[in-house]
Amino acid sequence: MVSKLDDYFRFNEMALNLRAQRQQVLASNIANADTPNYKARDVNFADALKNALDNKSNTIPPLQLDRTAASHVAGTAPETGPGSIGGTALQYRTPAQGSVDGNTVDLDVERNEFVDNGIRYEAGVTAVNGQIKAMLNAIQPG
Amino acid sequence: MSLSNIFNVAGSAMSAQSQRLNATASNIANADSATSPNGTPYRAKQVVFEAIPVGSVKDSGVKVAAVVEDQAPPKLVYDPKHPMADGNGYVAMPNVNPVEEMVNMISASRSYQTNVETMNTAKAMLVKTLTIGQ
Repeated sequence: MVSKLDDYFRFNEMALNLRAQRQQVLASNIANADTPNYKARDVNFADALKNALDNKSNTIPPLQLDRTAASHVAGTAPETGPGSIGGTALQYRTPAQGSVDGNTVDLDVERNEFVDNGIRYEAGVTAVNGQIKAMLNAIQPG
Repeated sequence: MSLSNIFNVAGSAMSAQSQRLNATASNIANADSATSPNGTPYRAKQVVFEAIPVGSVKDSGVKVAAVVEDQAPPKLVYDPKHPMADGNGYVAMPNVNPVEEMVNMISASRSYQTNVETMNTAKAMLVKTLTIGQ
């Protein structure tokens, strides 16, 4: 019974968790809009949610150097890479317009994504509330 | 909780931007200071931002890594009556560029505002989260 309730809430819980973490990454991008050589990062939300639901969080290998011959030296991304969300690696944004100081933050894009992500988070909270209400209705007599 | 970490990120950016605004205010205020405590004309000061991890690798805040002095030569102004004038009648004035400072001022205050909005959005999300199950 309890595991059924867990399963029932699991999807929205995962989604809210990932949304909250993505919001943090976007906040970092906005905060570093004036930092030289800072590279804006983001995650593909659909992939992150899929990986989290399939519980593949530990199976994603660190970034590897592309090798075209067996004799090439293998290289693995250092620990201080872009980081990850729920086991899905963050990716660097491709800037539409480059800047002289090497910063790739486009404030319009970041603020757009930040507000969008925030609204979707609140929608997720509303969905969870609806689920809780439905369950309460089901377990309460008359 | 990961959402409350946004306060740390945005807060660090706000204090960094206010330091930048402070440097700009100092530069504009001293745009005509022909001398300073060490006897040389005032030099424009600029802040250098640096991304620092807040909590984990993926969350970066901002800190002011250094305050550097503009190494451009001082502006020479011809004013023989000035007490600081040299033998040829020229006074060395600060290398502050008022246009650059105004641009910096607008940029710093806009970035500050954006981070305040970031904080407000994070606060709204946290408050909404607290209503789960009510």
